[in-house]
Amino acid sequence: MATEEAAGHGAEASGAGMPQLDFSTFPNQIFWLLVTLGVIYFVLTRIALPRIGSVLAERKGTITNDLAAAEELKQKAVDAEKAYQDALTKARAEAGKIVAEAKADIQKDLDIATAKADAQIAARAAESEKTISEIRAGAADAVADVAKETTAALVAALGGSVDAKALAAAVAVRLKG
Amino acid sequence: MAEEAHGEGGGLVFHPLDQFKISPLFGDGPIAWYTPTNVTLWMGIALLCIIALFVLGTRARDIIPSRVQSVAELMYGFIYKMVEDVTGHEGAKYFPYIFTLFVFILFTNYLGLIPMSFTPTSHIAVTAVLGFGVFIAVTLLGFYKHGTHFLGLFWMTDAPLILRPVIALIEVISYFVRPVSHSIRLAGNIMAGHAVIKVFAGFAAIAAISPVSIAAIVAIYGLEVLVAGIQAYVFTILTCVYLKDALHPGH
Repeated sequence: MATEEAAGHGAEASGAGMPQLDFSTFPNQIFWLLVTLGVIYFVLTRIALPRIGSVLAERKGTITNDLAAAEELKQKAVDAEKAYQDALTKARAEAGKIVAEAKADIQKDLDIATAKADAQIAARAAESEKTISEIRAGAADAVADVAKETTAALVAALGGSVDAKALAAAVAVRLKG
Repeated sequence: MAEEAHGEGGGLVFHPLDQFKISPLFGDGPIAWYTPTNVTLWMGIALLCIIALFVLGTRARDIIPSRVQSVAELMYGFIYKMVEDVTGHEGAKYFPYIFTLFVFILFTNYLGLIPMSFTPTSHIAVTAVLGFGVFIAVTLLGFYKHGTHFLGLFWMTDAPLILRPVIALIEVISYFVRPVSHSIRLAGNIMAGHAVIKVFAGFAAIAAISPVSIAAIVAIYGLEVLVAGIQAYVFTILTCVYLKDALHPGH
């Protein structure tokens, strides 16, 4: 009840007129509005907007530059890695070569040593052969001598005398036989 | 309770429109066009806030912005993109004018939400100057840029010939209604919201209703925070649309 009544009063009070439609205040509002807009426009165009615009442009430039620099660095890193890989491959190849060379050298030394050892062995064998054959020859001569001497002794014992030359020839014939 | 309603202090008194009253700052004399009034005061405060945000806030010109600077940059970027998107590339040179309108409306709207403050944008005198200012500027610009071709805006060449005069009439009417709707939309929205808050505040004097009333004030206040921003946005984007019509009347 009270509310309705009060609302009625309120409506009455406001019915006196909206301040918005009080035309006597219009010149005042419009004047101050134009002044304010003018000052805002002045401040914005002289100071704020160019400044913000330049900051934004600068930031955009910085970001673009940084991205380009990052791209460049990335490329450099890729190059460096490639160079490293190349160097590694080369080093491996070199190492392989050195190992092969070393192996070849060792093989060569080994071959020489083997050959030398073979030669020595052969020489030793030949020497031994020679000694053996000498010994054999010595033995044959000794046999001939013994046969000659024995024959001479036998002949002497049987009372004969014999010519040394004929004896030697007879023994030689018999030995060959 | 009925007694209370008529009481001088603390009673149930509704004066929802008192907040829109214009009064001189000094003395109580008549209001001449130059008198400093509460209009002057709150427009001045808005101006100071704008300077604080856009001049002092960006003083450092940091590449990595401070919080205040990034707010200023956000607003700049937002409106700049809007102008460019709506009006095209050649509309970008009108950006400072549109940005001036936007920040003025935005700041006066939001400052008006401070209790006991005054909201210049709730006055039709202010919004009409803004709306008709845009209308006249855009119309003159259209004629300056395109001469009589600007009238092609009203002559739909892709409509059937018989309908064209009718459409032209409707288009002309709608064109001239633009500044009216443009300005009344802003003043009406702001005024209505403030008045409704005041009405609910009046009900808060009744103990039984006051919790509801205060809850309603909070809710409407939240709505008004939205409206303050949205109306500034709407006014700005409509200005862009009108500007686009002036720059490209051939649709």
